[in-house]
Amino acid sequence: MTSAEPVIQTTRAPRVRRTRRSRIRIALKKAPLSAWFGMGVILCYAVVALFAPLIAPYRETQVFSEAFAPWSHEFAFGTDQLGRDMLTRLIYGARNTIGIAFITTILSFAAGVTLGLLAAMYRGWLDQLLSRAVDVLMSIPSLIFALMLLSIFGSSITSLILVIALLDSTRVFRLARAVGLNVVVMEYVEVAQLRGEGPAWILRKEILPNILLPLIAEFGLRFCFVFLTIAALSFLGVGIQPPSADWGSMVRENATLITYGDVTPLLPAGAIALLTVAVNFVVDWFLHSTSGLRDEN
Amino acid sequence: MRLNPVAKTVLQRLGLGLITLFVVSIIIFSAIAMLPGDFAKATLGQSATPETVAALQHEIGLDRPPVERYFSWIGKMAKGDFGSSFASRTGYRRTVAEIIAPRLYNTMFLAVMTALIAVPLALGLGIVAALYRNSWFDRVVNTVTLTTISFPEFFVAYMLAFLIISRDTFAGTEFAQSLPVWLAISINWTLNVVPKFPTLANINDQTPFWDHVWRAALPSATLTLVIVAHMMRMTRAAILNMLSSPYIDMARLKGMRPMVVVLRHALPNAWAPIVTVVAFNLAYLIVGVVVVEVVFVYPGVGQLMVDAVRSRDVPVVQACALVFAATYVLLNLIADIISIATNPRLLHPR
Repeated sequence: MTSAEPVIQTTRAPRVRRTRRSRIRIALKKAPLSAWFGMGVILCYAVVALFAPLIAPYRETQVFSEAFAPWSHEFAFGTDQLGRDMLTRLIYGARNTIGIAFITTILSFAAGVTLGLLAAMYRGWLDQLLSRAVDVLMSIPSLIFALMLLSIFGSSITSLILVIALLDSTRVFRLARAVGLNVVVMEYVEVAQLRGEGPAWILRKEILPNILLPLIAEFGLRFCFVFLTIAALSFLGVGIQPPSADWGSMVRENATLITYGDVTPLLPAGAIALLTVAVNFVVDWFLHSTSGLRDEN
Repeated sequence: MRLNPVAKTVLQRLGLGLITLFVVSIIIFSAIAMLPGDFAKATLGQSATPETVAALQHEIGLDRPPVERYFSWIGKMAKGDFGSSFASRTGYRRTVAEIIAPRLYNTMFLAVMTALIAVPLALGLGIVAALYRNSWFDRVVNTVTLTTISFPEFFVAYMLAFLIISRDTFAGTEFAQSLPVWLAISINWTLNVVPKFPTLANINDQTPFWDHVWRAALPSATLTLVIVAHMMRMTRAAILNMLSSPYIDMARLKGMRPMVVVLRHALPNAWAPIVTVVAFNLAYLIVGVVVVEVVFVYPGVGQLMVDAVRSRDVPVVQACALVFAATYVLLNLIADIISIATNPRLLHPR
């Protein structure tokens, strides 16, 4: 080598392991515009849902004299079929509709993930029993099944949540079982078993952290699905019951306005659509950045 | 006995399908058994005497053992006797079969019409998007389909209805008056290009065929928008997946035109996934149909089921659920059989 400088002067200091916070910051910096848009929308919805009583101009069920009032300064989006302020109903609707969908999704995940991982761990008759039960439940379209169950148990919020959570947990069960099967055969799980750890500990400490990423992405997708199902059921009049403000039933109750060329009934429907689009954008980005999956091209 | 392996797999799948149908029918049957104990009393209301309650319980069959009830129920179903609606009164019996029959025809009409439009459209769009991938056409189609996938059906439905209605009302709105005149006029002109489809699909059994098609246009368009997206994306993905295999490179190197490569080489091997997704979406139509029928007041099974759920008319709900579930199971069965028959590789799972 004739070069004056040696090529390597010193060995580089070992790179400091990034903290979780800095890794998240780097991932966020690389997020595409659609993901930022999605996160922004979700944040807005969350704020509106949490602070509904502070933001809303009137009370949830406050009735004014004029029904179907046009848009004005007093009523930003007019009033509904009973003379309740549309904007207030929209804001409280965020709270009820999103809240119920969120609770339902959490319930369905708690049941689906627990049973799915148990099936993956123990295999045998437990796995067979659960898997066949899930096959049967999934062979009936879920909206039809939900309609049937609600006709039996009546449409209260509790039965709505339980029915949808039950039907939706089948999908979660399948995913949790499939990803769980790949993890339970790993050596570290065997080591933990030989060490004498209990099944609950192994599930929580060894298996769950390793399948968390696909589960989080699935949570977003399932939330969308549950949210749309509940909105559809409420729209059909068998979901969330009045006088609770809810987007699905708001569309149905005010639908007649459409025939007069009024966009007001499209607002709650649009609110539903916007949230699902936003969640889909974020999940899309999350899947891309965590799994390294790229589009087919 | 030696069977052709294709026939064997198909037979196994058929058997599985029959078992599924059987279990589904048990679940739907037990729906009535799960009714709360005081149901008969609740339905009859204040005027219920012990005799009328007992009569209703006998009518529903709650006084017989469940296994016996199931077999008599399923036997009647097979003969087309779906029992009588709770809405029937003494001297005026309304059978579920006579309520459902005309509506089933309407729903089938809507579903078939939608499928005839949506399936060729989705396949065509998917193939073209795969051929010209990453072109502006591909991007536009992709973005539009991704958005329509995440919209609820009733949103799409009311958007379409709103578009049709604003043909007449747009010029008078404050929004139109706040726009520059040329813009308002051109928007109005564009809106007027759309034919004035009826926004309420009132149909009875005397409606002539083409009139029926005309009135079902908007419900059908909504369903098409909802299902085309998914089918088109899957078709595109399936073909692109095939296009990356070596034998396609070979065909290209031989100097074949891209269209020929896609149609003659890629498509035949992509049929299995495409057929599966088409059947899945046709099955999805069943769910979509419920909401869309309610939006456009289209007299089909979906609307009937929703009304029956509201009035808790369980025999009608059961019959509707059975019709929907059986169609769903059958469609999935057909899809599986076609994909077995068109793809010999599926016969040797390892």
